Amino acid sequence: MPKALQRLFLGLLLLLPLAVQAADADYFIAAKANEQARLLQDWAAQPDPARLELLSSLQQGRIAPGDTRKLRLNNRLRGLVDNALASHQLLSTDSAVRLAAARQLQKSAQPAQVAFLDRRFAGEADASVHAALALALANLQLVDSDPAVRLAAVRLLGETGDPMARTRLQTLLEPGVESTASVRTAAETSLAQVKRKLLIGELLGQAFSGLSLGSILLLAALGLAITFGLLGVINMAHGEMLMLGAYATYVVQILVQRYAPEAIAFYPLIALPVAFAVSAGVGMLLERTVIRHLYGRPLETLLATWGISLILIQTIRLLFGAQNVEVANPAWLSGGIQVLPNLVLPYSRLVIIAFALFVVVLTWLLLNRTRLGLNVRAVTQNRNMAACCGVPTGRVDMLAFGLGSGIAGLGGVALSQIGNVGPDLGQSYIIDSFLVVVLGGVGQLAGSLWAAFGLGIANKLLEPQIGAVLGKILILALIILFIQKRPQGLFALKGRVID
Amino acid sequence: MKRRSLIKAFTLSASIAAMGLSWSIQAAETIKVGILHSLSGTMAISETSLKDMALMTIEQINAKGGVNGKLLEPVVVDPASNWPLFAEKGRQLLTQDKVAVVFGCWTSVSRKSVLPVFEELNGLLFYPVQYEGEEMSPNVFYTGAAPNQQAIPAVEYLMSDDGGAAKRYFLLGTDYVYPRTTNKILRAFLHSKGVADKDIEEVYTPFGHSDYQTIVANIKKFSAGGKTAVISTVNGDSNVPFYKELANQGLKATDVPVVAFSVGEEELRGIDTKPLVGHLAAWNYFESVDNPVNSQFVADWQAYAKAKNLPGADKAVTNDPMEATYVGIHMWAQAVEKAKSTDVDKVREALAGQTFKAPSGYTLTMDKSNHHLHKPVMIGEIQDDGQFNVVWETEQPLRAQPWSPFIPGNDKRPDYAVKGN
Amino acid sequence: MNQPLLVTASQKAGPRWTLAIGAAVLLVLLALPLLSLLPAGHSLQVSAYTLTLVGKILCYAIVALALDLVWGYAGLLSLGHGLFFALGGYAMGMYLMREAAGDGLPAFMTFLSWSELPWYWAGTQHFAWALCLAMLAPGLLALVFGFFAFRSRIKGVYFSIMTQALTFAGMLLFFRNETGFGGNNGFTSFRRILGFEITAQSTRAVLFLLTVALLVASLYLGWRLARSKFGRVLTALRDAENRLMFCGYDPRGFKLFVWVLSAVLCGLAGALYVPQVGIINPSEMSPTNSIEAAVWVALGGRGTLIGPLLGAGLVNGMKSWFTVAFPEYWLFCLGALFILVTLYLPRGVVGLLKKRGEQ
Repeated sequence: MPKALQRLFLGLLLLLPLAVQAADADYFIAAKANEQARLLQDWAAQPDPARLELLSSLQQGRIAPGDTRKLRLNNRLRGLVDNALASHQLLSTDSAVRLAAARQLQKSAQPAQVAFLDRRFAGEADASVHAALALALANLQLVDSDPAVRLAAVRLLGETGDPMARTRLQTLLEPGVESTASVRTAAETSLAQVKRKLLIGELLGQAFSGLSLGSILLLAALGLAITFGLLGVINMAHGEMLMLGAYATYVVQILVQRYAPEAIAFYPLIALPVAFAVSAGVGMLLERTVIRHLYGRPLETLLATWGISLILIQTIRLLFGAQNVEVANPAWLSGGIQVLPNLVLPYSRLVIIAFALFVVVLTWLLLNRTRLGLNVRAVTQNRNMAACCGVPTGRVDMLAFGLGSGIAGLGGVALSQIGNVGPDLGQSYIIDSFLVVVLGGVGQLAGSLWAAFGLGIANKLLEPQIGAVLGKILILALIILFIQKRPQGLFALKGRVID
Repeated sequence: MKRRSLIKAFTLSASIAAMGLSWSIQAAETIKVGILHSLSGTMAISETSLKDMALMTIEQINAKGGVNGKLLEPVVVDPASNWPLFAEKGRQLLTQDKVAVVFGCWTSVSRKSVLPVFEELNGLLFYPVQYEGEEMSPNVFYTGAAPNQQAIPAVEYLMSDDGGAAKRYFLLGTDYVYPRTTNKILRAFLHSKGVADKDIEEVYTPFGHSDYQTIVANIKKFSAGGKTAVISTVNGDSNVPFYKELANQGLKATDVPVVAFSVGEEELRGIDTKPLVGHLAAWNYFESVDNPVNSQFVADWQAYAKAKNLPGADKAVTNDPMEATYVGIHMWAQAVEKAKSTDVDKVREALAGQTFKAPSGYTLTMDKSNHHLHKPVMIGEIQDDGQFNVVWETEQPLRAQPWSPFIPGNDKRPDYAVKGN
Repeated sequence: MNQPLLVTASQKAGPRWTLAIGAAVLLVLLALPLLSLLPAGHSLQVSAYTLTLVGKILCYAIVALALDLVWGYAGLLSLGHGLFFALGGYAMGMYLMREAAGDGLPAFMTFLSWSELPWYWAGTQHFAWALCLAMLAPGLLALVFGFFAFRSRIKGVYFSIMTQALTFAGMLLFFRNETGFGGNNGFTSFRRILGFEITAQSTRAVLFLLTVALLVASLYLGWRLARSKFGRVLTALRDAENRLMFCGYDPRGFKLFVWVLSAVLCGLAGALYVPQVGIINPSEMSPTNSIEAAVWVALGGRGTLIGPLLGAGLVNGMKSWFTVAFPEYWLFCLGALFILVTLYLPRGVVGLLKKRGEQ
C-alpha cells in the first residue's frame, strides 16, 4: 500500500495549512492584547501564505469568513494586522495586490521585516512593485550599518514627495544621529527636494479646497440668485429650500434602501429630480399663497419669508426630529483619488464641483435660451411693459420662483453629501448665500459665479495663515470694503433708469 | 374678531400682570419639576432628547407612586437656545411656577446665564452635561463629567500602547469656553507627561463651521511628524462634516485616531459610521455597556419613544447626557424621600453621599461636598453600527475635580460649593 | 405716506385721545416698579420676574424705535442694529464686571492667565466712562460705517446685507476668547451697580424707571424730529432721493445724523438691558436678532414711532407666552403671525388701529 500511504501523506500535507490556520486563529483569539501584537509582528516578519485568509478576516473584524463571532480589536492591533497582511500579500501572484501591499509597507514596515523585504525586493519582476518596495526598504535602511546603503536610501527618499520622508530626513541632519558627513549632505539635498514637492502638493490642495468651497457656496446661492436676484424677493426661506432638498435626499435614500436595495449606489441621482420637485413645489405653493401679494414691497417679503422659514424648520423638526439624520455617501462618492503623496481629492468634492458647473450652465440655458427665460427676464426688467405685451406675469412669477427654489433643492442634495442634514441646515448657509448674490451683483448669474469662487478661494487662502475664525471675520470686512468701491456688486446692471 | 384678539394679545403683553399667571389649575398633591431644555434653535438638536428622557423618568417615578406620596408634575418650557431667555425662564420656573427643582441646560453659557437666578432665589438645578469645570455652586448639582472624568483619562489611554502610543497631539475644538478650558488643562497635563509644545497643535473653528478641508489637510501634515492623535472638542453639529472629510481624505483611525468628547450615540445617528470605525470617544456611559440595569434602561427608553411616537423612534438611542439626566432625577427623588421635604436646603443636605445604581453598571455616589458625581470613565471605539465598543475603562468611579489642578490658582479654591464663583 | 403716520393719526384722532392713552400706559409703566417694592405676598405686588420681563421688552422697544428712525423715516433697513445694542451692553457689562471683581481681574481673564487688563478696558471701573462708552462705541462705529456707506451711495438691499455682514463679523470677533470679552459666555454674575445690590428690588425698580425715561425721551426726540423740517427731508429722502438731490440737498449729512443717533439710542438701550437681564454675550449680535428687530418694526408699522413699540411688545410678549404655553408649537404661531401681518396688515398694527379710528 505504498501508494495509499503516499496519498494519505499528501492529503495530510495539504490539510496542514488549514490546521496551522485553525491553530493560529484559536491561539490569536485566546491571547491577550500584548501577545496578539507580538504575534502579528512575528507574522509580518515571516509571512506564511496559509495565514493570508486569517489575516484578511481579521482586517474585516472577523476570525474566519463564515465565523460570526465578533472580534474586538483596537487601533494598535488593526494597524499591525494591516502591516502583517501587506507582508503576506507580497507573496501574491497578482502584481496589483503586491503593489498595494508595497505601498502599505512604505508607511508601516518595521525593522524586523527588512530581511523579508530584501528577499522580495531581489525577486520582484514587476517594475512598479520593485520601485515601491525600494522605497519601503529605503525607509528602513536609513539606520543601516553600511553608510553606502544609507546614502542610497537617502537619495531615493529625496525623489518621493512623501510627507513622512521629510520627518525621517530631518532627523538625519543631526550629527548625533547620522555620523557620516556625506550622508548628512545628501539628506539635506533630499530634504530640500521633498519640501519642494510637498509645497506643490499643499498649494494644489489649497487651490482645490478653495474651488470646492466656492462650488458649495455657488450651489447654495444659485437658487437665491433667481428668487432674490431676479424676482427681488428677500427670500429668508431660501435656506429652508436647501434643507428640503437635503431631506428629500434622505427620504429617497430610505425608500431606495427599502424597496430597491440593488440601486442604492445611485440614490443621489434619483434624489436629484425628487429634491427639485419637492423644493420647487413648496416654492410655487408659497409664491401663490403668500409672496404673490408682496411684489413691489421687497422689504416686507423679508418679514413673510422669515415667518415661512420658522414654520418650515419647526415642521421638519416635528416630522423628522431635531437630530441630524444620516445621509451616507454611496461607494462612488466615498474616498478620494490620491494625486500626490500629500494630496487626496475626495470624489464627493470633485463631483460637487462638476455638478455646480452643470447647474450653472443649465440655469443659464434656461434663462437665456427658452421662452420661460425670456419671459422671466422681461418681467423682472419691466413688469408692466411685459404684461402689456401679453406675458402672463403671474404664471411667470410662479414658475421663476419654483425654478429658484428647485435649484436650491438641487443644492440641498449636494450639501447632504458633505455636511450634516438637520432642521438648521438652511440657517448656516443663508448669510453666505446673500453675500454671494450681493457681492456678485443682484440679478447677475455670472456675478454670483465669480463671487462664489472668489469667496471660496479667498477664504481658503486666509484660513491657513490666520485661522478659521479670523479668516472669516477678515473676509466679511473685505466684502464690506469692496461694496464701498462697487456699490452694485461685481457686475452691475448698466442702465440709465434711476428711481 | 382677529383685530380684537390682536389687540387683546397686545394688552396682555403690555400690561403684563396677566403674563405671570400660571395657566392650568394644578391639583394640590403634586410636586412641580421644571424642565429647561431648548426645543428650538441651534441647541434643540442635543437638548430635545434630554427633555424626553426627563419626562420618561418622571413618568416612571410616578408609576411607582411618586415621591413622598405625591406625584411629580413636569413643567416644560422652551428657552429656544437663547441665553438671556434661559435666565428669564429659570426665574419664571422658580417664582411663577414654584417648581421644587429644575433639570436643564446644555451649554455652559446657558448655565452661566441661569446661575445668578438660582443663587438669588435659592433654587436647585441639575446639570447633566460634561463641562469644563471651574464652577461649583451650592445651587447646582453637576451630573455630567468634569475634565478629570473625561479628558485626562482619554489622553492617558492614547499614550498607552493599546491606544497607539501617540507622541503628537492635535487639539481641535470649536471656539468657545469648554474646548478652550479643556485644551488648556490638557496642555498642562501633556507638559507634565513630557510632551513638548512643538508636538501640540491647537486649532479652533467658529460655531457651525462646515468646511474642514484645510484642517484635515493640516492634521495630515502634522501627523507626518510622528504618531499623532486628534483630540476633538468640536461642537455637535460640526462633527458630521469633520468626520466626512476625514473619511474622504483617507485618514484612518489606525493612522490618526480621533478621540471626541462631544460625540455620542445621538450624534452618530447623523453619520454613516462605516468609514469611522476605530475612532474614539470618551464618556461615562455608552449604550452598548452590558449589564442588566442598562438593558432595562435602553429597553424602557425605546419603548417610551415608540409609545410617545417620538420622531425617529425606531432608531432611538441612549447616550451619556441622557443617562446623567436619568441618574440626576432619581438621585433628587431619593434625596427628597430622605429629607421628607422638597425644601432646597434640606434636599441639598440629603443629596450629599446619595448613591444610585446607574445604567453605566456602577453604583454612582454624589460627592459629600463638591456637588459632582463620582463617575467611571470609558473609552469607546466607534463601530460600524453606530454604537461604541468599550476598549478601556477605569476600575472604579473617579471623584470629580471641578477646579482642575492643572489651572494655576485653583489650588487656593475651597473644595466645597460657594456662591458666586 | 408723505407725512409721518403718527402725525396724521394724531391729527385725525385728536390730540386728546392720543394723549389720554399715552398717559395711561405711562402711568402703568411708572406704577409697576413702585408696586414691585411692596412686601412679598401683597396682592398687588409685582414680581421681579414681571419687572425684568417688562424691562427687557422696554429695552427692545427702544431698539425698535431707533430702527424705525432709520428704516421708517430714512428708508435704510439695517439688519445690524443688534451690534449697536450689544456694544452698549458690553460697555455696561465691562463696568459691572469690574465692580464684581473688585480690585482683581474679571474671572474669565484670570482664567486666560492674563495679568493685566487690555487697554480698551481702561477706565471702565468708572460708571460715567462706561456710560460714555456705551454711547461712543456704537456711535463711532456707526459714524465710520455710515460715512463710507453713504459716501458710496450704498442703499436698499445692499445696505441691509452690509449691515448684516457687519454684525456677523462682530459676533465672530466677540466669540473669540482672545478678544477679551469673555468669549461665548460673555459677561454674567454681576453683583453691584454704583454700590447697590443688583438683585435688590429697589435697584431693579430704579433701572426700570430709567428705561421708561429713556423710552419716553427717545419717543419725544423722534416725535420732534419727525415734525421738524429735518424729518420731512428724511421722508423725502426715503421716497425719492434723487429728486431731493436735484432740489439741492446733500442727503449724506441727514442720513449720517439719523443713523448715528439711532446707533447711540441702541447702545443706551443695551446698557440698560444688561443689568436687568444679567447677561451679555455675542449671541446678541447674531443676525437673527437684528432681523427680529426689523420684524418688530414691520409688525407694528414702520414710520409711525408708536408702531415699533407695539411691535416689540407684541412679539416679545407672545414669545414669552408661547414658549411656555406651547413649547413645541410656538414657532408655528410666531411664523404664522409674521405672514398674516404682512399679508393683511401692510401698515402694521398701527395701520389697523388707525383704520379702526377712521371707521
